[in-house]
Amino acid sequence: MDAIERIYQEQSRRVLATLIRLLGDFVLAEEAMQEAFTAALHQWPGEGVPDNPAAWLIRIGQRRGIDQIRRKQTARQHAHLLEQPDDTQETLDEQSIEDDQLRLLFTCCHPSLSPDARIALTLREMCGLTTEQVARALLQKPATLAQRIVRAKRKIRQDRIPYEVPEARALPERLPGVLRVIYLVFNEGYSRSDGEVIVDVSLSAEAIRLAESLVGQLPEGEVFGLLSLMLLQDSRRYARQDEHGDLVTLDEQNRTLWDGDNIRSGLVWLEQALARTPAGPYTLQASIAATHAQAGVAEDTDWARIVRLYEALYRQQPSPVIALNRAVATAMRDTPADGLRLLDELASEKAIHTYHFFHAARADLYRRNGNVEQARSAYERALALSAQGPEQRFLQRRLDELTGQS
Amino acid sequence: MKYVALVYYQESIINAMSEQEWHDLNQECVAGVERLTNQGHFLAGQALQPTDTATTVQVRDDEMLITDGPFAETKEQLAGFYMLDARDLNEALQLASRIPPARFGSIEVRAVRELPPRD
Repeated sequence: MDAIERIYQEQSRRVLATLIRLLGDFVLAEEAMQEAFTAALHQWPGEGVPDNPAAWLIRIGQRRGIDQIRRKQTARQHAHLLEQPDDTQETLDEQSIEDDQLRLLFTCCHPSLSPDARIALTLREMCGLTTEQVARALLQKPATLAQRIVRAKRKIRQDRIPYEVPEARALPERLPGVLRVIYLVFNEGYSRSDGEVIVDVSLSAEAIRLAESLVGQLPEGEVFGLLSLMLLQDSRRYARQDEHGDLVTLDEQNRTLWDGDNIRSGLVWLEQALARTPAGPYTLQASIAATHAQAGVAEDTDWARIVRLYEALYRQQPSPVIALNRAVATAMRDTPADGLRLLDELASEKAIHTYHFFHAARADLYRRNGNVEQARSAYERALALSAQGPEQRFLQRRLDELTGQS
Repeated sequence: MKYVALVYYQESIINAMSEQEWHDLNQECVAGVERLTNQGHFLAGQALQPTDTATTVQVRDDEMLITDGPFAETKEQLAGFYMLDARDLNEALQLASRIPPARFGSIEVRAVRELPPRD
C-alpha cells in the first residue's frame, strides 16, 4: 500500500523518537515501531488510514512495546512504564512529537558519547540513513559502524543518558555540541565530494535538513548562523572543483556557478541570526561567507570587512587556524608582505607547522610577493603534509607553474 | 535489504543436552520464526541435520569428487540459516541476536549479493 510506504518515509523518524521516550529504550522502540507499521499494513487497507497516522502508530507501538516487556518478563526494570500505559492520549499532540525529535537529537549528540558515535547515531536515527549508507558516506566498513552504533546505544542505556532537551539554563552549554555534530556531518559531506568517491547520500544536504528542522524548534542565534553558513558554503559546490575534480580557489571560481537560491536563503537566515546578539562563531563565519557571496567578482570582495570579522571570531576562539585566515585576509586588504608578517608571528605555534594550509598560505603569499624560492619550498612542505587527492594536485600545479617561471 | 544469518554452534553442546532442553530450544526457535514472520522480517530459513550427515561435492577436471562429511573441519558447525528482510545491518544484527543459538554459538550475518542480470 503506497500510503503506508509514504507515511513510513515521512513519519517513521518522528514515531521512533516518541516511542523512545515512551518506552525508554532505543532497541525496544525500533521493534515496537516495526510492529506498529506491520499492524498498519494489516489494518489500514480495510479500515482506512487514520486521521493522525503518527499518533495511531505511536499508540500501537507503545502497546506492542509494553506487551513485549511483559513477554520478556523484565517488568521489574520497566515497572514504571506498565503502571501508566494509557497516558499517551494527552502527550500526543503535534508539539510533543516535535519535542521528541529534539530530545532524540540531544541524546544522539550527548557529550558522553564519542564524537564518531554522535555522528553515526545522528545520521542513522535522526536522518534515517541505513548503517550501510552511513558507512559508505564515512568511508568505513559497515561492521565497524554497526558496532559503533550498538555500543553507543548500550552506553545510552547503561549510563542512563537522559532523553531530554536541556533546560534553558543548560542550553548554552549543550547546544554548541549539537551544532558541532551537525557541522561535522556537513563537512564530512563537503570534503568527501571530491569526485573520487561516489556516495549515494549527500551528508551536506542531510546536515542542512537537520539545521532547517532545528531552527523552527530552537530559534537561537547560532542555529540560524549555522544554517546560514552551511547554505552559503554549499552554494559554491559546483564552482569549487573543475570538470577533472580539481580544486578551484575562491578567487578563481566561476561565480555564475554559485547557487543563487542557496545564497538568498543563506542571507535571509543570516539576518535572523544577526538580530539575536551577540553574534556567535557560526554567525561570524556565515557573515564572512556572505561577504564573499555578495561580491560579484573576486576583486570586489570587501576584505576590510572580512578582516574585521576574523578579528571578532579570533576574540571568541583564539585558534591558530583563525589567525591564519585573518593573516590571509589581511594580505588581501593590504599587501602580501603584511600577511607574511602575521604568518611569521604565527610560526611560534608548534601545531601550525603540521597544518598544510599554513604552508600553502605562506607559499601563496611568497608567490604573489615575487619570492619564487621561498614559495617553492613552502609549496613542497604543504604538498608533503596534504593527503587528499584534489588538494595535492592543486599544490603540484602551483609548484609546476613556479618552476616554469624560474 | 536482504541478509542471511548463518547459525553456527558446537554440535557437542547440543549432544550433551537433555531431551527437555533440546525440546525447549526447538520450541523457542519455532516461536522466534513465528515472531519474525509476523513482523515481516522472515523470508526463508531452515535448520539443518548435523554435520555427520553432510556430503561434499566438488568437480575437478570434469570429474565429480564426493567426500563424506563437511567441507571444512571447524570449531563450530553450520546448523541452520535464516534469510531476513531488514532495514539495515544494525536491524539485521538486532534480529540475529534473538536467534536462540546466539547464546551459545555464533550467528554470522551477511548481506546478500544480487547476481548481475543475465547477458
